[in-house]
Amino acid sequence: MKRHEKRYLNVLGEIMKLLYYPGCTLKTSATNLEKSAFAIVEALGHEMVEMEDWNCCGVVASLTDDDLMHHLAPLRSLIHVEDQGENKVITLCDMCCNTLKQTNLRVKENPDDLETLNLFMDRENDYKGTVEVLHFLEFLRDEVGFDVIKKKVKKPLKDIKIMPYYGCMLLRPREVAIDDAEEPTILSDLLSALGAEVVDNPFKIECCGSYHTVENKELVSKRAHRITTFATERGADAMVLSCPLCKFNIDTRGKEAEKMFESYKQIPVFYYTQLIAIALGLDPEICGFDDHAVNPIILLKNKEVALE
Amino acid sequence: MKKKLESNKEINAIKFKKGGLAAEVQELSGENVFACYQCGTCSAGCPFIDDMDLGPDEAIRYVILDRKEVLNSNTIWMCASCYTCAERCPRDLNITKIMEALRQIVLRKKIDRTKVVKISKKEKETIPQLAFVSLFRKNIG
Repeated sequence: MKRHEKRYLNVLGEIMKLLYYPGCTLKTSATNLEKSAFAIVEALGHEMVEMEDWNCCGVVASLTDDDLMHHLAPLRSLIHVEDQGENKVITLCDMCCNTLKQTNLRVKENPDDLETLNLFMDRENDYKGTVEVLHFLEFLRDEVGFDVIKKKVKKPLKDIKIMPYYGCMLLRPREVAIDDAEEPTILSDLLSALGAEVVDNPFKIECCGSYHTVENKELVSKRAHRITTFATERGADAMVLSCPLCKFNIDTRGKEAEKMFESYKQIPVFYYTQLIAIALGLDPEICGFDDHAVNPIILLKNKEVALE
Repeated sequence: MKKKLESNKEINAIKFKKGGLAAEVQELSGENVFACYQCGTCSAGCPFIDDMDLGPDEAIRYVILDRKEVLNSNTIWMCASCYTCAERCPRDLNITKIMEALRQIVLRKKIDRTKVVKISKKEKETIPQLAFVSLFRKNIG
């Protein structure tokens, strides 16, 4: 079925049942992303269930041609999606999404590699290559539709200027990207649907510093400072993003940057799911704002959005 | 211009035949480094260029010239695989894969970049899990 046909069915009000792959971080440091996503799905009248027997995806895709071993972990999860009789799986984490998609692509393009991997795993069924991996944002855009979300907005995010920040994993490499690598619009389209004002910025596609946050905190703080400064100079009140690692790096390491740069102030960072939840008029409790280094509640109160 | 790079005994001990470095990079990455025409687009867009001792284009030049000191540069470890250079390369070289190949040449000699014991308990509790998994995947063989 083509995308627009699916959309057509959904506009008619069909309830979609989705299978969801969490990944390690969604169960630990990004529970607020998971919780708000589940709340949105429910508010939109669909259903999302966690898949059975998932394991860590490995976070980064294996990039050497001779290394098949590191494709095993993501492949195993894809096999379990097939075992459940499904052909689609939704991810919330950008890095999981990227890794699962890259493995899926590699085994689909290289039947020999797939055979080797299938033969290696004794206790698993063979992977047939039927699974489609979708990022939750992709699902909201292509199968729910931002126009549908717009109609359900109860508390528009009026007068809030927000800069979309994509990072790397949604956009690159191009084979698994969900939008254009240099000029993505998916988050700005979503922000417009929610009634917020979009602040565009060339830094939206730049890396946040990724895993250097473990060994090289200052480097990541500097990156957060650079990205945020550009946003604030253009009048942004907040930033919106989708990746749990970007969120930690910009929010927490950005907060630490306040000590490194004089008169620098970190602006709040939202997950897109939290903004949708607020705009749909859901209980702000589910957003888990307490886990943020810079609590966005103050901004929302100042702008008189939601929150009594 | 000759740049001064750090020197690591273990890395210096890695041996190649003449032209072997480029051949190994090509085998691991599937990319032909000789296709690079040194335009510097990768270095211009690299978010970590300020902290690198060699630009990505220079690192590739080192490989072409069979200079294995490139394995001592911090460039290959600063690269966080954000794919920006790979996306922009006018020769359509996947530089991200070339950097991974250079890291793998070192890691496969059992030379780890990250020492796990140095990470404090507090950091282990506050930093998101995916940061650790990716760091260990990239820096430990």
